[in-house]
Amino acid sequence: MKIINAQDIYYRQLNELVDEAVKTDKDITLDCVFGQRYIGRGLPEGVKIKINGFPGNDMAAYMDGAELEIFGNGQDAVGNTMNYGRIIIHGNCGDTTGYAMRGGEIYVEGNVGYRVGIHMKEYKEARPVIVIGAKAGDFLGEYMAGGALIVLGLGLKKGEDLTGRYCGTGIHGGAIFINGKQDPYKYAKEAAQVELTDTDKTLLQKHITAFGKYFKKDVRQINPENFYKYAPLSNNPYSKMYSK
Amino acid sequence: MSVNFTTPLFKVERDENKCIQCRVCEKQCSNKVHSYDAEDDVMRAKDQDCVNCHRCVLLCPTGALIIKKYPNEFRENANWNGQAISEIYKQADTGTVLLTSMGNPKPFTIYWDKMLLNASQVTNPSIDPLREPMETRVLIGRKPDKLEYNAKGELVTEIPPQIELNVPIMFSAMSYGSISRNAHESLARAATELGICYNTGEGGLNRDFYKYGKNTIVQVASGRFGVNKEYLNAGAAIEIKIGQGAKPGIGGHLPGRKVGEDVSATRMIPIGSDAISPAPHHDIYSIEDLRQLIYSLKEVSGYKKPVFVKIAAVHNAAAIASGIARAGADVIVVDGFRGGTGAAPLRVRDNVGIPIELALASIDERLRQEGIRNQISLVIAGSVRNSADIVKAIALGADAVYIGSAALLAIGCHMCMSCATGKCNWGIATQEPELVKRLNPDIMYKRLVNLISAWNHEIQEIIGGMGINAIDSLRGNRLMLRGIGLTNKELEILGIHHAGE
Repeated sequence: MKIINAQDIYYRQLNELVDEAVKTDKDITLDCVFGQRYIGRGLPEGVKIKINGFPGNDMAAYMDGAELEIFGNGQDAVGNTMNYGRIIIHGNCGDTTGYAMRGGEIYVEGNVGYRVGIHMKEYKEARPVIVIGAKAGDFLGEYMAGGALIVLGLGLKKGEDLTGRYCGTGIHGGAIFINGKQDPYKYAKEAAQVELTDTDKTLLQKHITAFGKYFKKDVRQINPENFYKYAPLSNNPYSKMYSK
Repeated sequence: MSVNFTTPLFKVERDENKCIQCRVCEKQCSNKVHSYDAEDDVMRAKDQDCVNCHRCVLLCPTGALIIKKYPNEFRENANWNGQAISEIYKQADTGTVLLTSMGNPKPFTIYWDKMLLNASQVTNPSIDPLREPMETRVLIGRKPDKLEYNAKGELVTEIPPQIELNVPIMFSAMSYGSISRNAHESLARAATELGICYNTGEGGLNRDFYKYGKNTIVQVASGRFGVNKEYLNAGAAIEIKIGQGAKPGIGGHLPGRKVGEDVSATRMIPIGSDAISPAPHHDIYSIEDLRQLIYSLKEVSGYKKPVFVKIAAVHNAAAIASGIARAGADVIVVDGFRGGTGAAPLRVRDNVGIPIELALASIDERLRQEGIRNQISLVIAGSVRNSADIVKAIALGADAVYIGSAALLAIGCHMCMSCATGKCNWGIATQEPELVKRLNPDIMYKRLVNLISAWNHEIQEIIGGMGINAIDSLRGNRLMLRGIGLTNKELEILGIHHAGE
């Protein structure tokens, strides 16, 4: 395993060092990461990076199969337009996590910020998933066009909300799964609560189990049956708005 | 019973002496205007559905058809004209946002036509491009502040990535989805033959067109359709679309019915799903955020490709352009309010944005004042109609122009402004296989090559007449322009003198 000390290295050089390192060793650890952007951008399948510290914005942008594990918080736009791969964050994560991601998985142990999962897509077998351990900010799943957002609500105080307002605004694909009932006012007019299917329950169980494994948590008390599913009313939400 | 208040826009006139009831018009019209009445053995027409695209007129073997403006008139009223009245009827009827296509048709001032070019007489003799070398090639990209050489005379300055265009013209962004596969192929092949670039638009790049990569600019818009690492490295440059001249501040929306199998594969979204591009990029709320996206694209493409940022020409375009240059973009693209579109809300298209001529002059001036003009190339769009417009644009400070509407006209568009319906009878703005195959890329790409080659020669003639033998020597040379019939304020913004001065 290759270890790179990222202290005082500018992002461009750091990313070049990573590019160089993966030519010979697919397992990399980055120590003392402090705000460097674009870590893991475009990296392919097979590459595994452990990040100790706090990576900067746009981590894993356009990532193409690599696996990142962060022992610290993620910043904004983690997994921006990510194609495929896995991100595990032992901490919280910022705004627009998973912006336009088309495939792969993001697991966040704690909370996430605003507009998480915005414009997530899916295409054929690629169905992105974001699992949020605690709670999400406003506009979760805005313009969502595919994939799944799963909010577990772990460690919250009694009565604390799992999401912010305007959940699923403009949603036209995919689904949002919330571990518990939410006040309907939080959901946008484009989304509606629908029944869980068996496929949904299998999907939830799979990601709950993975969450427990990645974060070494006992997740046996999380029951897929208790989740509420919000899905788009239409995959053509604005078709009646415009003149012919 | 409720009466339909709308009256036709056009009248189909059929010369019964010439009509042979061959029913070609019926087969050709996707709007189903023509029909055959077997009882009376005559062709009938539903004027209401005609968009005046001339398909039937040009394909009628006996020349029996003429389309005219519908003669029915409302009572004369300079304020409440026929269009204003009809729009009210339509919205009262449907409750919808009026949707339209192509560029702003309103009679605003066309500043290109209010500027005249100079030529040499006696002194500084003119140059004949037929017999003397004439350079119309341009390099688009950020230029270094200075060039440094080592003791051996070798260049040591690192030159930022550039793209080379044989003519200062590119085909502007039109997505696969808004236009057809065959239209895209025509643009891609013409760009390749001409040594210029075409632009994918925000709809991704079809697998079959990767081979034209050297002449392709790949676009990234807020919907990020078809964007992945491979796509971003497939072209010669990457363009971030912030805005479009036809609909500044508005996102895009490709209706699901246009997302068939091939468009779905290109955009990487499910078949039949709406492709919605939100109005803003939600990772960009500031110039600093724009810088973040620019550099994410540079990071993933190895700093080998120029990054363009395209904005609509709006009131404070000059300040925004300065921010874009400082954010690290290599090229700024400014699209004027007459720029075309596959679909835009009519009120936005006709009322938002400013003329490209004024935006161009003020941006070039602002970048010069700030001493950063070399740091960025300036490409303009938004209704460049001919080679003289291009020469004037370059004299005002542009490095190159994008053409969209003109390119579509070259491949058969008849400016019926009905792209959004998806029923383009010329096979351009449609995804219906029967209509798409009417456009033959083998023929149409040559028409594009013809158009640009003709314009290139005209550009050479015009600048040769000024005694200039390289397009680079004309850039920002506003002394070659004079205004005609413009106010002092307009002349001041354009930075030119009035004719006769």
